[in-house]
Amino acid sequence: MNTLVNIIKKELKELLTPATILPIVVIAIIFGSIGSSMEGIQEELDEKPVLGVINEDNSDLSKIVTSILENESEIIFNSSDIADKQYGLEQVKQQDGMALIVINKNFSTDILNDTRGGLEVYWIMKGAGIFDTISSGVIEQLITSINREISKSLIEDNTTVNASIALWPTSRIDTTYFKDREIRLTPGAISGMLSSQSMLIPIVIMMIIIMAGNMVISSMALEKENKTLETLLTLPVKRTHIVTGKIVASAIIGLLFAVVYMFGMSRYLQGFQMSGGLNLADFDMTLTFSDFLLIGISLFITLIAALALCMLLGTMAKNYKSAQTLTFPVTMLAMIPMFVTMFADFDTLPLVFKGLLFAIPFSHPMMAPRALIFNDYTLVIAGIIYVSIFAIISISIVVWVFKTDRLLTGSVKRKRSSFFRKRT
Amino acid sequence: MATVEVKNLVKNFGTTKAVKGISFTIDKGEIFGLIGPNGAGKTTALRVISTLLQINSGEVRIMDHDVKKQSDEVRKLISYLPEDAGAYKTLTGRAYLIFIANFFNEKNTQKMVERGIEIADLGERIDDKVDTYSKGMKRRLLVGRALMTDPKLAILDEPTSGLDVINAQEIRKIIKDTARKGTTVLLSSHNMLEVEYMCDRIALIAEGIIVEKGKPKALMEKYNANNIEEVFTQVVA
Repeated sequence: MNTLVNIIKKELKELLTPATILPIVVIAIIFGSIGSSMEGIQEELDEKPVLGVINEDNSDLSKIVTSILENESEIIFNSSDIADKQYGLEQVKQQDGMALIVINKNFSTDILNDTRGGLEVYWIMKGAGIFDTISSGVIEQLITSINREISKSLIEDNTTVNASIALWPTSRIDTTYFKDREIRLTPGAISGMLSSQSMLIPIVIMMIIIMAGNMVISSMALEKENKTLETLLTLPVKRTHIVTGKIVASAIIGLLFAVVYMFGMSRYLQGFQMSGGLNLADFDMTLTFSDFLLIGISLFITLIAALALCMLLGTMAKNYKSAQTLTFPVTMLAMIPMFVTMFADFDTLPLVFKGLLFAIPFSHPMMAPRALIFNDYTLVIAGIIYVSIFAIISISIVVWVFKTDRLLTGSVKRKRSSFFRKRT
Repeated sequence: MATVEVKNLVKNFGTTKAVKGISFTIDKGEIFGLIGPNGAGKTTALRVISTLLQINSGEVRIMDHDVKKQSDEVRKLISYLPEDAGAYKTLTGRAYLIFIANFFNEKNTQKMVERGIEIADLGERIDDKVDTYSKGMKRRLLVGRALMTDPKLAILDEPTSGLDVINAQEIRKIIKDTARKGTTVLLSSHNMLEVEYMCDRIALIAEGIIVEKGKPKALMEKYNANNIEEVFTQVVA
């Protein structure tokens, strides 16, 4: 055989292991899923928005508004009486609509008297994720079209109105209904305000889990590689103490990282928050002391669960090099909820994704701040209970592994070896 | 009461039978050698006795404590030195000995550490990081670690493996002195000449079975051999 071919074959055999192939496949799947989500959003943007309309004015100019809305959207509720507003909102909510638009009384008269005609937009906001608010842009476009068409009509009719009114003849009051709250902002503005939390906390948690997890896995791998584990296991020390000692030490370092990162990242993100000129406190969207306590508990328990899981993976590590590969599943489990919580809202996810997100223990402290702002204690407490159970089970499995031969003999390795032996 | 009692010990790894029903006893203060070629089952037997591996069948008792049921108690009595053991590289030799001494519920751990330093005999290098030690120095530190706790049973897997003649001789001397002071020693080796010099009694193991046991001199006489290597060759043949 050609010597070059011989070397290439050997290199390929060494490089093409499940450990190198799996990350590529998973990353491809993640990108594929993101692509599908974007397609879904594009489809949503292409669809006509579902709206309700109350036209109190019934003039030529307000008819321009209604005709644009009728052409460009699906009107599921139509009225001329403001008293129907509550009923209209319920109808829009029930039929998964986006907003109820009210054309104020004297809409035309105001415009013709050099005052902008009043429009009230009552948004039904389903989720606070970036993806959830993209579709509200369709209505923003409709309002731009409305202004353009009224301007055109005013200019064509040679109406004598102030130029600035002629160029943008409407004024707008936005009210958003989100998780049983009435907030005098657009969904985009609310999502923007919440983004500091929806970005900062998931990123910090992801980094802590990956770094602290890596420490535990590497620590186990180094014990094996440096041949110190066997000595440790024959000393008069309980297996639970070895496991707990490693987990607690890494958790302390992890929490230290958390404080440092949280400080740095919050300073970094503060700049973005201030530029918007909006503050969560002004809209009663702040976290209380008990909320912070719940987030802290959720984070601590998640860290313990993550470290227990990493320890379990670490028991499979043969050496430091193989430990690096074993951090991959943990990295993925930390990155998936981070991206999901950044771009979408738990409440608006399909049931299957909800189940998956809930099942990933690292999701819970990432979801907790937003849930607590809107008083969704059930999700947070259920998450803490679930992650606690997950942590207890993981630690119990690790302690069990420490009591068996698997830690030293690595049964997985033996099975693999025999598999490859059969193939060669 | 024997310090070690092994009865029909069987240890399997899946379908591989590593130890196939071996039995032996070791008395207090005795140096007992488990001798055989690579893959004979020596390390597996020592790991089972050290509570590292679980028993498939049979019984192992250390000072009348069942290894299977009373492993926590057994760990207080034994000290195990694996063949290719290492120490924590970021610690100094002294810090490593202190770390180990802290696991033993003794009032004066300082005395234990001093004993370890004396056995290791590394001079001023005891305060250097383990990472900077030569193989011989590391092994001496580990022997010091294994024997400083004054164990009832010292289990030493290939204690002089990979060492030069001078280091190997020093370690053999340390082991003999320790046994003289009352510690029972169970060691394994594939160096049959070394075992012949050190051990009071030996067991020859091949393919997981003890094929012969007794005092080295008596075995040589029995098989009319000049050394244990010749005995082993005859027994296995």
